[in-house]
Amino acid sequence: MRLVNIRPGRQVRFYLLALPFLLVAIAYFLGSSARLAQNPNDKLLPALPSMVQSVKQMAFEVDPRTGNYLMLSDTVASLGRLGSALAISTVAALVLGIVIGLLPGANALLGPFVSVTSMVPPLALLPILFIVMGLGENSKVALIVIGTLPCMIRDLAMKVQELPREQIIKAQTLGASTWQIALRVAAPQTLPRLIDVLRLQLGPAWLFLIAAEAIASDSGLGYRIFLVRRYLAMDVIIPYVVWITLLAFTVDFGLRVLQRRLFPWFASVRAE
Amino acid sequence: MSAIRFEDVWKEYGDHIVLERITMEVEPRAFIALVGPSGCGKTTLLRMLLGEEQPSRGKILVDGKVLPGEPDADRGVVFQRYSVFPHLTVLQNVMLGRELRDAKLTARLFGAARRAARDEAMTLLAEVGLAGQESKYPSALSGGMQQRLALAQAIMRGPKILLLDEPFGALDPGIRADIHLLMKRLWNETRLTVVMVTHDLSEAFGLATRVIALERQRNRPEERERYGATVSRDLEIFPRRTANAGPAGHSAPIGTTRSGKEHQPGRPGALVLKEQS
Repeated sequence: MRLVNIRPGRQVRFYLLALPFLLVAIAYFLGSSARLAQNPNDKLLPALPSMVQSVKQMAFEVDPRTGNYLMLSDTVASLGRLGSALAISTVAALVLGIVIGLLPGANALLGPFVSVTSMVPPLALLPILFIVMGLGENSKVALIVIGTLPCMIRDLAMKVQELPREQIIKAQTLGASTWQIALRVAAPQTLPRLIDVLRLQLGPAWLFLIAAEAIASDSGLGYRIFLVRRYLAMDVIIPYVVWITLLAFTVDFGLRVLQRRLFPWFASVRAE
Repeated sequence: MSAIRFEDVWKEYGDHIVLERITMEVEPRAFIALVGPSGCGKTTLLRMLLGEEQPSRGKILVDGKVLPGEPDADRGVVFQRYSVFPHLTVLQNVMLGRELRDAKLTARLFGAARRAARDEAMTLLAEVGLAGQESKYPSALSGGMQQRLALAQAIMRGPKILLLDEPFGALDPGIRADIHLLMKRLWNETRLTVVMVTHDLSEAFGLATRVIALERQRNRPEERERYGATVSRDLEIFPRRTANAGPAGHSAPIGTTRSGKEHQPGRPGALVLKEQS
Protein backbone atom coordinates (compact mmCIF):
# COMPACT_ATOMS: atom_id res chain seq x y z
CA MET A 1 0.00 0.00 0.00
CA ARG A 2 1.21 3.51 -0.76
CA LEU A 3 2.22 5.73 2.14
CA VAL A 4 -0.27 8.39 1.04
CA ASN A 5 -3.09 5.93 1.66
CA ILE A 6 -2.06 4.67 5.08
CA ARG A 7 -4.14 6.34 7.76
CA PRO A 8 -3.24 5.60 11.36
CA GLY A 9 -6.09 4.49 13.60
CA ARG A 10 -7.06 6.17 16.84
CA GLN A 11 -4.69 4.23 19.03
CA VAL A 12 -1.76 4.36 16.65
CA ARG A 13 -2.29 8.07 16.28
CA PHE A 14 -1.99 8.51 20.03
CA TYR A 15 1.31 6.61 20.11
CA LEU A 16 2.61 8.59 17.16
CA LEU A 17 1.64 11.81 18.89
CA ALA A 18 3.46 10.84 22.06
CA LEU A 19 6.59 9.55 20.32
CA PRO A 20 8.47 12.82 19.61
CA PHE A 21 7.81 14.12 23.14
CA LEU A 22 9.06 10.86 24.58
CA LEU A 23 12.18 10.87 22.41
CA VAL A 24 13.09 14.40 23.48
CA ALA A 25 12.59 13.47 27.15
CA ILE A 26 14.70 10.32 26.79
CA ALA A 27 17.48 12.20 25.00
CA TYR A 28 17.49 14.84 27.74
CA PHE A 29 17.64 12.40 30.62
CA LEU A 30 20.29 10.26 28.94
CA GLY A 31 22.43 13.35 28.44
CA SER A 32 21.68 14.57 31.93
CA SER A 33 22.64 11.34 33.65
CA ALA A 34 25.78 11.03 31.54
CA ARG A 35 26.94 14.52 32.57
CA LEU A 36 25.95 14.05 36.18
CA ALA A 37 27.86 10.75 36.30
CA GLN A 38 31.01 12.66 35.36
CA ASN A 39 30.37 15.67 37.59
CA PRO A 40 27.63 15.52 40.26
CA ASN A 41 27.66 19.35 40.52
CA ASP A 42 26.93 19.89 36.81
CA LYS A 43 24.29 22.60 36.38
CA LEU A 44 23.71 22.39 32.64
CA LEU A 45 21.35 19.42 32.44
CA PRO A 46 19.83 18.98 35.90
CA ALA A 47 18.18 15.71 36.83
CA LEU A 48 14.46 15.42 37.35
CA PRO A 49 14.56 15.41 41.19
CA SER A 50 16.46 18.69 41.37
CA MET A 51 13.96 20.30 38.97
CA VAL A 52 11.07 18.99 41.05
CA GLN A 53 12.76 20.46 44.11
CA SER A 54 13.08 23.85 42.42
CA VAL A 55 9.49 23.85 41.24
CA LYS A 56 8.39 23.00 44.74
CA GLN A 57 10.36 25.92 46.05
CA MET A 58 9.23 28.37 43.38
CA ALA A 59 5.60 27.37 43.16
CA PHE A 60 4.51 26.04 46.50
CA GLU A 61 6.64 27.82 49.09
CA VAL A 62 6.27 31.45 50.07
CA ASP A 63 9.27 33.49 49.06
CA PRO A 64 10.62 34.93 52.32
CA ARG A 65 11.73 38.20 50.70
CA THR A 66 8.50 39.15 48.90
CA GLY A 67 5.95 37.04 50.75
CA ASN A 68 4.62 35.68 47.44
CA TYR A 69 4.47 32.37 45.68
CA LEU A 70 6.97 33.39 43.02
CA MET A 71 5.79 31.25 40.15
CA LEU A 72 2.20 32.33 40.75
CA SER A 73 3.02 36.03 40.95
CA ASP A 74 5.25 35.74 37.88
CA THR A 75 2.48 34.01 35.96
CA VAL A 76 -0.13 36.55 37.01
CA ALA A 77 2.12 39.44 36.02
CA SER A 78 2.97 37.96 32.63
CA LEU A 79 -0.56 36.87 31.77
CA GLY A 80 -1.86 40.27 32.82
CA ARG A 81 0.45 42.02 30.37
CA LEU A 82 -0.21 39.50 27.63
CA GLY A 83 -3.97 39.56 28.18
CA SER A 84 -4.38 43.31 28.23
CA ALA A 85 -2.14 43.75 25.18
CA LEU A 86 -3.95 41.06 23.19
CA ALA A 87 -7.32 42.47 24.22
CA ILE A 88 -6.32 45.86 22.83
CA SER A 89 -4.92 44.28 19.66
CA THR A 90 -7.98 42.10 19.12
CA VAL A 91 -10.57 44.83 19.50
CA ALA A 92 -8.59 47.30 17.41
CA ALA A 93 -7.90 44.68 14.73
CA LEU A 94 -11.56 43.73 14.55
CA VAL A 95 -12.72 47.29 14.04
CA LEU A 96 -9.94 48.40 11.69
CA GLY A 97 -9.90 45.09 9.81
CA ILE A 98 -13.59 45.36 9.00
CA VAL A 99 -13.34 49.04 8.10
CA ILE A 100 -10.36 48.46 5.79
CA GLY A 101 -11.74 45.25 4.34
CA LEU A 102 -15.21 46.58 3.68
CA LEU A 103 -14.61 50.16 2.59
CA PRO A 104 -12.48 50.68 -0.53
CA GLY A 105 -11.77 54.25 0.58
CA ALA A 106 -10.47 53.16 3.96
CA ASN A 107 -8.41 50.50 2.25
CA ALA A 108 -6.81 53.12 0.01
CA LEU A 109 -6.14 55.31 3.03
CA LEU A 110 -4.88 52.77 5.56
CA GLY A 111 -4.04 49.58 3.66
CA PRO A 112 -0.53 50.56 2.53
CA PHE A 113 0.19 52.22 5.89
CA VAL A 114 -0.70 49.07 7.78
CA SER A 115 1.38 46.96 5.40
CA VAL A 116 4.41 49.16 5.97
CA THR A 117 4.03 49.32 9.75
CA SER A 118 3.67 45.56 9.93
CA MET A 119 7.22 45.37 8.53
CA VAL A 120 8.75 47.51 11.31
CA PRO A 121 10.69 45.17 13.62
CA PRO A 122 8.95 45.75 16.98
CA LEU A 123 11.98 44.92 19.11
CA ALA A 124 13.85 47.75 17.42
CA LEU A 125 11.17 50.04 18.78
CA LEU A 126 11.57 48.79 22.33
CA PRO A 127 14.22 51.38 23.31
CA ILE A 128 11.96 54.12 21.99
CA LEU A 129 9.07 52.78 24.03
CA PHE A 130 11.19 52.62 27.16
CA ILE A 131 12.36 56.19 26.59
CA VAL A 132 8.92 57.55 25.84
CA MET A 133 6.74 55.51 28.17
CA GLY A 134 9.18 54.62 30.91
CA LEU A 135 10.00 51.18 32.20
CA GLY A 136 6.56 50.41 33.66
CA GLU A 137 3.77 48.18 32.45
CA ASN A 138 2.71 50.48 29.60
CA SER A 139 5.82 50.06 27.53
CA LYS A 140 5.59 46.26 27.73
CA VAL A 141 1.94 46.23 26.75
CA ALA A 142 2.67 48.73 23.99
CA LEU A 143 5.43 46.52 22.61
CA ILE A 144 3.10 43.54 22.31
CA VAL A 145 0.37 45.68 20.74
CA ILE A 146 2.78 47.17 18.23
CA GLY A 147 4.19 43.76 17.48
CA THR A 148 0.86 42.05 16.85
CA LEU A 149 -1.64 44.69 15.77
CA PRO A 150 -0.50 45.58 12.23
CA CYS A 151 -0.32 41.92 11.20
CA MET A 152 -3.70 41.24 12.73
CA ILE A 153 -5.30 44.18 10.94
CA ARG A 154 -3.72 43.17 7.66
CA ASP A 155 -4.80 39.53 7.94
CA LEU A 156 -8.29 40.40 9.08
CA ALA A 157 -8.86 42.97 6.35
CA MET A 158 -7.83 40.29 3.88
CA LYS A 159 -10.33 37.85 5.39
CA VAL A 160 -13.09 40.44 5.09
CA GLN A 161 -12.16 41.03 1.47
CA GLU A 162 -12.33 37.31 0.87
CA LEU A 163 -16.01 37.21 1.79
CA PRO A 164 -17.84 36.39 -1.44
CA ARG A 165 -18.78 39.56 -3.29
CA GLU A 166 -22.21 38.01 -3.77
CA GLN A 167 -22.92 38.25 -0.04
CA ILE A 168 -22.25 41.98 0.07
CA ILE A 169 -24.45 42.51 -2.98
CA LYS A 170 -27.13 40.26 -1.56
CA ALA A 171 -27.18 42.22 1.70
CA GLN A 172 -27.67 45.43 -0.26
CA THR A 173 -30.60 43.94 -2.15
CA LEU A 174 -32.09 43.19 1.25
CA GLY A 175 -31.79 46.89 1.97
CA ALA A 176 -28.70 46.86 4.18
CA SER A 177 -26.79 50.09 4.78
CA THR A 178 -23.00 50.06 5.08
CA TRP A 179 -23.33 49.99 8.86
CA GLN A 180 -25.80 47.12 8.70
CA ILE A 181 -23.56 45.16 6.33
CA ALA A 182 -20.69 45.59 8.77
CA LEU A 183 -22.87 44.62 11.71
CA ARG A 184 -24.80 41.67 10.34
CA VAL A 185 -22.69 40.31 7.48
CA ALA A 186 -19.03 41.25 7.93
CA ALA A 187 -18.56 41.28 11.72
CA PRO A 188 -20.20 37.94 12.57
CA GLN A 189 -18.28 36.22 9.80
CA THR A 190 -15.04 37.91 10.80
CA LEU A 191 -15.18 36.84 14.46
CA PRO A 192 -14.23 33.18 13.92
CA ARG A 193 -11.49 34.30 11.56
CA LEU A 194 -10.33 36.74 14.21
CA ILE A 195 -9.72 33.76 16.47
CA ASP A 196 -7.54 32.20 13.77
CA VAL A 197 -5.61 35.43 13.41
CA LEU A 198 -5.22 35.75 17.16
CA ARG A 199 -3.92 32.21 17.45
CA LEU A 200 -1.29 32.96 14.82
CA GLN A 201 -0.16 36.02 16.78
CA LEU A 202 0.14 34.22 20.12
CA GLY A 203 3.69 33.14 19.31
CA PRO A 204 4.98 36.64 18.52
CA ALA A 205 3.06 38.03 21.51
CA TRP A 206 4.88 35.69 23.90
CA LEU A 207 8.17 36.53 22.23
CA PHE A 208 7.67 40.26 22.78
CA LEU A 209 6.48 39.69 26.33
CA ILE A 210 9.52 37.67 27.34
CA ALA A 211 11.83 40.11 25.58
CA ALA A 212 10.35 43.14 27.33
CA GLU A 213 10.41 41.41 30.71
CA ALA A 214 13.97 40.27 30.20
CA ILE A 215 15.20 43.79 29.55
CA ALA A 216 13.41 45.83 32.17
CA SER A 217 11.05 44.38 34.72
CA ASP A 218 10.76 43.27 38.32
CA SER A 219 8.29 40.46 37.84
CA GLY A 220 7.06 38.04 35.22
CA LEU A 221 8.07 34.74 33.76
CA GLY A 222 10.59 36.28 31.39
CA TYR A 223 12.08 38.37 34.19
CA ARG A 224 12.55 35.27 36.37
CA ILE A 225 14.22 33.24 33.63
CA PHE A 226 16.70 35.99 32.86
CA LEU A 227 17.29 36.65 36.55
CA VAL A 228 18.22 33.07 37.47
CA ARG A 229 20.26 32.76 34.28
CA ARG A 230 23.02 34.56 36.20
CA TYR A 231 23.29 31.55 38.51
CA LEU A 232 23.07 29.05 35.67
CA ALA A 233 19.92 27.82 37.42
CA MET A 234 18.80 25.47 34.69
CA ASP A 235 16.68 23.64 37.26
CA VAL A 236 14.46 26.76 37.36
CA ILE A 237 14.75 27.84 33.74
CA ILE A 238 13.71 24.52 32.24
CA PRO A 239 10.52 24.13 34.32
CA TYR A 240 9.66 27.77 33.56
CA VAL A 241 10.06 27.18 29.83
CA VAL A 242 7.88 24.09 30.08
CA TRP A 243 5.32 26.09 32.05
CA ILE A 244 5.30 28.93 29.49
CA THR A 245 4.85 26.40 26.70
CA LEU A 246 2.02 24.79 28.59
CA LEU A 247 0.32 28.16 29.13
CA ALA A 248 0.67 29.11 25.48
CA PHE A 249 -0.65 25.75 24.36
CA THR A 250 -3.61 25.98 26.74
CA VAL A 251 -4.56 29.43 25.47
CA ASP A 252 -4.31 28.21 21.89
CA PHE A 253 -6.37 25.13 22.64
CA GLY A 254 -8.96 27.21 24.48
CA LEU A 255 -9.31 29.53 21.51
CA ARG A 256 -9.80 26.56 19.21
CA VAL A 257 -12.53 25.16 21.43
CA LEU A 258 -14.11 28.60 21.72
CA GLN A 259 -14.18 28.92 17.96
CA ARG A 260 -15.87 25.55 17.56
CA ARG A 261 -18.44 26.24 20.27
CA LEU A 262 -19.34 29.80 19.33
CA PHE A 263 -19.33 29.41 15.56
CA PRO A 264 -20.63 25.97 14.71
CA TRP A 265 -21.24 27.06 11.12
CA PHE A 266 -17.61 27.99 10.52
CA ALA A 267 -16.11 24.54 10.02
CA SER A 268 -18.06 23.89 6.82
CA VAL A 269 -17.32 27.37 5.48
CA ARG A 270 -13.62 26.83 5.99
CA ALA A 271 -13.78 23.40 4.37
CA GLU A 272 -15.02 24.95 1.12
CA MET B 1 -43.94 44.69 -10.51
CA SER B 2 -41.96 47.14 -12.52
CA ALA B 3 -41.34 48.00 -16.12
CA ILE B 4 -37.72 48.02 -17.23
CA ARG B 5 -36.40 49.92 -20.22
CA PHE B 6 -32.97 49.62 -21.79
CA GLU B 7 -32.09 52.62 -23.94
CA ASP B 8 -29.17 51.91 -26.23
CA VAL B 9 -27.06 50.41 -23.46
CA TRP B 10 -23.39 49.64 -24.07
CA LYS B 11 -20.90 48.08 -21.74
CA GLU B 12 -17.19 48.40 -22.39
CA TYR B 13 -14.18 47.42 -20.32
CA GLY B 14 -11.41 49.61 -21.70
CA ASP B 15 -11.18 48.72 -25.38
CA HIS B 16 -13.19 45.59 -24.96
CA ILE B 17 -16.84 45.96 -25.89
CA VAL B 18 -19.00 43.40 -24.11
CA LEU B 19 -22.50 44.57 -24.92
CA GLU B 20 -23.70 47.01 -27.53
CA ARG B 21 -26.94 48.55 -28.71
CA ILE B 22 -29.15 46.90 -26.13
CA THR B 23 -32.56 48.47 -26.50
CA MET B 24 -35.58 46.73 -25.15
CA GLU B 25 -38.64 47.16 -23.08
CA VAL B 26 -39.73 44.76 -20.37
CA GLU B 27 -43.35 45.03 -19.35
CA PRO B 28 -44.33 44.82 -15.68
CA ARG B 29 -44.90 41.30 -14.42
CA ALA B 30 -42.86 39.76 -17.23
CA PHE B 31 -40.62 36.73 -16.70
CA ILE B 32 -37.62 37.31 -18.93
CA ALA B 33 -35.08 34.60 -19.64
CA LEU B 34 -31.71 35.81 -20.92
CA VAL B 35 -29.93 33.12 -22.89
CA GLY B 36 -26.82 32.99 -25.01
CA PRO B 37 -23.41 31.34 -25.28
CA SER B 38 -20.87 31.72 -22.47
CA GLY B 39 -19.14 35.05 -22.42
CA CYS B 40 -21.87 36.85 -24.33
CA GLY B 41 -22.51 39.27 -21.51
CA LYS B 42 -25.78 38.01 -20.09
CA THR B 43 -24.44 38.13 -16.56
CA THR B 44 -22.99 41.58 -17.25
CA LEU B 45 -26.44 42.72 -18.30
CA LEU B 46 -27.89 41.31 -15.09
CA ARG B 47 -25.19 43.02 -13.03
CA MET B 48 -26.07 46.33 -14.63
CA LEU B 49 -29.71 45.76 -13.74
CA LEU B 50 -28.59 44.97 -10.23
CA GLY B 51 -26.61 48.20 -10.01
CA GLU B 52 -23.37 46.36 -9.37
CA GLU B 53 -22.04 47.70 -12.67
CA GLN B 54 -22.91 50.81 -14.64
CA PRO B 55 -23.55 50.96 -18.37
CA SER B 56 -20.78 52.71 -20.30
CA ARG B 57 -23.35 54.37 -22.55
CA GLY B 58 -27.09 54.58 -22.60
CA LYS B 59 -29.33 54.14 -19.61
CA ILE B 60 -31.55 51.67 -17.86
CA LEU B 61 -34.89 52.92 -16.60
CA VAL B 62 -37.13 51.23 -14.07
CA ASP B 63 -40.65 52.60 -13.99
CA GLY B 64 -39.38 55.62 -15.92
CA LYS B 65 -36.61 56.44 -13.44
CA VAL B 66 -32.90 55.95 -14.06
CA LEU B 67 -31.57 53.03 -12.08
CA PRO B 68 -29.68 54.03 -8.93
CA GLY B 69 -25.96 53.31 -9.14
CA GLU B 70 -25.94 50.64 -6.45
CA PRO B 71 -28.04 47.65 -5.46
CA ASP B 72 -31.11 48.36 -3.33
CA ALA B 73 -34.12 46.63 -1.87
CA ASP B 74 -36.21 47.13 -5.02
CA ARG B 75 -34.20 44.49 -6.81
CA GLY B 76 -33.81 41.11 -5.19
CA VAL B 77 -31.24 38.65 -6.42
CA VAL B 78 -30.44 34.95 -6.31
CA PHE B 79 -27.00 33.88 -7.46
CA GLN B 80 -25.88 30.40 -8.37
CA ARG B 81 -23.75 30.28 -5.20
CA TYR B 82 -23.18 32.33 -2.05
CA SER B 83 -26.73 33.65 -2.09
CA VAL B 84 -27.44 32.88 1.54
CA PHE B 85 -25.42 33.78 4.60
CA PRO B 86 -23.52 30.82 6.02
CA HIS B 87 -23.42 32.25 9.55
CA LEU B 88 -27.20 32.55 9.86
CA THR B 89 -29.67 29.74 10.29
CA VAL B 90 -32.40 29.19 7.73
CA LEU B 91 -34.88 31.22 9.75
CA GLN B 92 -32.38 34.01 10.46
CA ASN B 93 -31.55 34.19 6.77
CA VAL B 94 -35.18 34.77 5.87
CA MET B 95 -35.79 37.23 8.69
CA LEU B 96 -32.70 39.27 7.86
CA GLY B 97 -34.41 41.40 5.22
CA ARG B 98 -37.11 42.42 7.66
CA GLU B 99 -34.61 43.17 10.40
CA LEU B 100 -32.53 45.32 8.06
CA ARG B 101 -35.63 47.24 7.03
CA ASP B 102 -37.14 47.84 10.44
CA ALA B 103 -34.12 48.24 12.70
CA LYS B 104 -31.76 50.67 11.04
CA LEU B 105 -29.32 50.88 13.93
CA THR B 106 -29.21 47.44 15.50
CA ALA B 107 -30.44 45.44 12.48
CA ARG B 108 -32.18 43.17 14.97
CA LEU B 109 -35.79 42.92 16.01
CA PHE B 110 -37.09 42.21 19.50
CA GLY B 111 -40.37 41.39 21.14
CA ALA B 112 -43.59 41.64 19.16
CA ALA B 113 -41.92 42.88 15.96
CA ARG B 114 -39.61 39.89 16.10
CA ARG B 115 -42.47 37.45 16.61
CA ALA B 116 -44.38 38.96 13.69
CA ALA B 117 -41.34 38.73 11.40
CA ARG B 118 -40.72 35.21 12.62
CA ASP B 119 -44.26 34.09 11.88
CA GLU B 120 -44.12 35.58 8.43
CA ALA B 121 -40.77 33.95 7.75
CA MET B 122 -42.07 30.58 8.94
CA THR B 123 -45.05 30.85 6.58
CA LEU B 124 -42.78 31.71 3.70
CA LEU B 125 -40.43 28.86 4.56
CA ALA B 126 -43.34 26.43 4.58
CA GLU B 127 -44.38 27.79 1.21
CA VAL B 128 -41.01 27.12 -0.37
CA GLY B 129 -40.87 23.65 1.18
CA LEU B 130 -38.40 24.29 3.97
CA ALA B 131 -40.68 23.66 6.93
CA GLY B 132 -38.79 21.91 9.70
CA GLN B 133 -35.39 23.18 8.56
CA GLU B 134 -35.57 26.54 10.36
CA SER B 135 -32.73 26.04 12.79
CA LYS B 136 -30.26 24.46 10.39
CA TYR B 137 -27.33 26.30 8.90
CA PRO B 138 -27.29 26.56 5.10
CA SER B 139 -24.29 24.24 4.83
CA ALA B 140 -26.51 21.45 6.18
CA LEU B 141 -28.95 21.94 3.29
CA SER B 142 -28.74 20.43 -0.17
CA GLY B 143 -28.08 22.68 -3.14
CA GLY B 144 -31.74 22.75 -4.10
CA MET B 145 -32.82 23.65 -0.59
CA GLN B 146 -30.23 26.42 -0.42
CA GLN B 147 -31.69 27.95 -3.56
CA ARG B 148 -35.20 27.65 -2.13
CA LEU B 149 -33.92 29.46 0.91
CA ALA B 150 -32.33 32.13 -1.26
CA LEU B 151 -35.65 32.65 -3.05
CA ALA B 152 -37.53 32.91 0.24
CA GLN B 153 -34.94 35.33 1.60
CA ALA B 154 -35.20 37.58 -1.45
CA ILE B 155 -39.00 37.51 -1.53
CA MET B 156 -39.33 38.25 2.20
CA ARG B 157 -37.95 41.73 1.53
CA GLY B 158 -40.64 42.36 -1.11
CA PRO B 159 -38.60 43.45 -4.13
CA LYS B 160 -40.24 44.73 -7.29
CA ILE B 161 -37.82 42.96 -9.56
CA LEU B 162 -36.23 39.59 -8.95
CA LEU B 163 -32.93 38.91 -10.70
CA LEU B 164 -31.76 35.33 -11.04
CA ASP B 165 -28.21 34.54 -12.15
CA GLU B 166 -28.21 30.92 -13.29
CA PRO B 167 -29.93 30.06 -10.03
CA PHE B 168 -30.65 26.44 -10.81
CA GLY B 169 -27.61 25.71 -12.97
CA ALA B 170 -25.85 23.57 -10.38
CA LEU B 171 -28.84 21.40 -9.44
CA ASP B 172 -29.73 17.84 -10.43
CA PRO B 173 -32.44 17.53 -13.08
CA GLY B 174 -35.07 16.16 -10.71
CA ILE B 175 -34.48 18.81 -8.10
CA ARG B 176 -34.42 21.41 -10.81
CA ALA B 177 -37.87 20.37 -12.01
CA ASP B 178 -39.24 20.76 -8.49
CA ILE B 179 -37.73 24.16 -8.03
CA HIS B 180 -39.06 25.23 -11.45
CA LEU B 181 -42.55 24.51 -10.18
CA LEU B 182 -41.82 26.59 -7.10
CA MET B 183 -40.44 29.40 -9.22
CA LYS B 184 -43.58 29.46 -11.38
CA ARG B 185 -45.74 29.54 -8.30
CA LEU B 186 -43.76 32.35 -6.70
CA TRP B 187 -43.92 34.36 -9.88
CA ASN B 188 -47.67 33.85 -9.93
CA GLU B 189 -48.34 34.62 -6.32
CA THR B 190 -46.03 37.57 -5.82
CA ARG B 191 -46.07 40.65 -7.96
CA LEU B 192 -42.61 40.33 -9.39
CA THR B 193 -40.96 41.15 -12.64
CA VAL B 194 -38.36 38.41 -13.06
CA VAL B 195 -35.17 38.50 -15.11
CA MET B 196 -33.33 35.18 -15.20
CA VAL B 197 -29.98 34.41 -16.77
CA THR B 198 -29.72 30.78 -17.80
CA HIS B 199 -27.86 28.58 -20.23
CA ASP B 200 -30.55 25.95 -20.11
CA LEU B 201 -32.90 26.57 -23.01
CA SER B 202 -35.60 24.22 -21.81
CA GLU B 203 -35.60 26.08 -18.51
CA ALA B 204 -35.84 29.38 -20.37
CA PHE B 205 -38.76 28.27 -22.51
CA GLY B 206 -40.38 26.37 -19.66
CA LEU B 207 -40.54 29.28 -17.23
CA ALA B 208 -40.33 32.59 -19.05
CA THR B 209 -42.92 34.72 -20.76
CA ARG B 210 -40.24 35.97 -23.09
CA VAL B 211 -36.85 34.60 -24.06
CA ILE B 212 -34.14 37.03 -25.08
CA ALA B 213 -31.01 35.70 -26.74
CA LEU B 214 -27.78 37.67 -26.62
CA GLU B 215 -25.17 36.92 -29.23
CA ARG B 216 -22.09 38.41 -30.81
CA GLN B 217 -22.81 39.37 -34.38
CA ARG B 218 -19.17 39.22 -35.35
CA ASN B 219 -16.99 36.51 -34.03
CA ARG B 220 -13.74 36.60 -36.01
CA PRO B 221 -10.77 36.75 -33.62
CA GLU B 222 -9.70 40.20 -34.79
CA GLU B 223 -13.24 41.51 -34.40
CA ARG B 224 -14.10 39.97 -31.07
CA GLU B 225 -12.81 42.78 -28.90
CA ARG B 226 -14.44 45.59 -30.79
CA TYR B 227 -17.89 44.16 -31.35
CA GLY B 228 -20.03 43.31 -28.36
CA ALA B 229 -23.00 41.03 -28.05
CA THR B 230 -26.47 42.37 -28.63
CA VAL B 231 -30.03 41.09 -28.62
CA SER B 232 -30.20 38.62 -31.47
CA ARG B 233 -33.60 37.12 -30.79
CA ASP B 234 -36.54 38.25 -28.75
CA LEU B 235 -39.14 35.52 -28.51
CA GLU B 236 -42.49 35.86 -26.89
CA ILE B 237 -43.58 32.50 -25.55
CA PHE B 238 -46.74 31.35 -27.23
CA PRO B 239 -49.36 30.67 -26.07
CA ARG B 240 -48.85 33.66 -23.94
CA ARG B 241 -48.14 33.12 -20.24
CA THR B 242 -49.64 35.58 -17.84
CA ALA B 243 -49.40 35.75 -14.13
CA ASN B 244 -52.84 35.40 -12.63
CA ALA B 245 -52.24 37.17 -9.37
CA GLY B 246 -54.20 40.37 -9.15
CA PRO B 247 -53.45 43.34 -6.91
CA ALA B 248 -53.85 41.07 -3.90
CA GLY B 249 -51.29 38.74 -5.39
CA HIS B 250 -49.35 38.08 -2.24
CA SER B 251 -52.30 36.49 -0.50
CA ALA B 252 -53.09 33.99 -3.25
CA PRO B 253 -53.77 30.59 -1.77
CA ILE B 254 -50.72 28.48 -1.24
CA GLY B 255 -50.16 25.67 -3.66
CA THR B 256 -52.24 27.01 -6.52
CA THR B 257 -50.67 26.88 -9.91
CA ARG B 258 -51.97 28.25 -13.15
CA SER B 259 -53.96 25.67 -15.00
CA GLY B 260 -54.01 24.84 -18.66
CA LYS B 261 -51.07 26.88 -19.81
CA GLU B 262 -48.22 24.93 -18.29
CA HIS B 263 -45.18 24.28 -20.39
CA GLN B 264 -46.49 24.48 -23.91
CA PRO B 265 -44.05 23.90 -26.72
CA GLY B 266 -42.59 27.09 -28.08
CA ARG B 267 -43.37 28.52 -31.48
CA PRO B 268 -41.18 27.67 -34.48
CA GLY B 269 -38.71 30.45 -33.71
CA ALA B 270 -37.88 28.73 -30.50
CA LEU B 271 -36.97 25.55 -32.28
CA VAL B 272 -34.64 27.36 -34.65
CA LEU B 273 -32.79 28.83 -31.73
CA LYS B 274 -32.54 25.46 -30.06
CA GLU B 275 -30.89 23.95 -33.10
CA GLN B 276 -28.37 26.73 -33.33
CA SER B 277 -26.97 26.46 -29.88
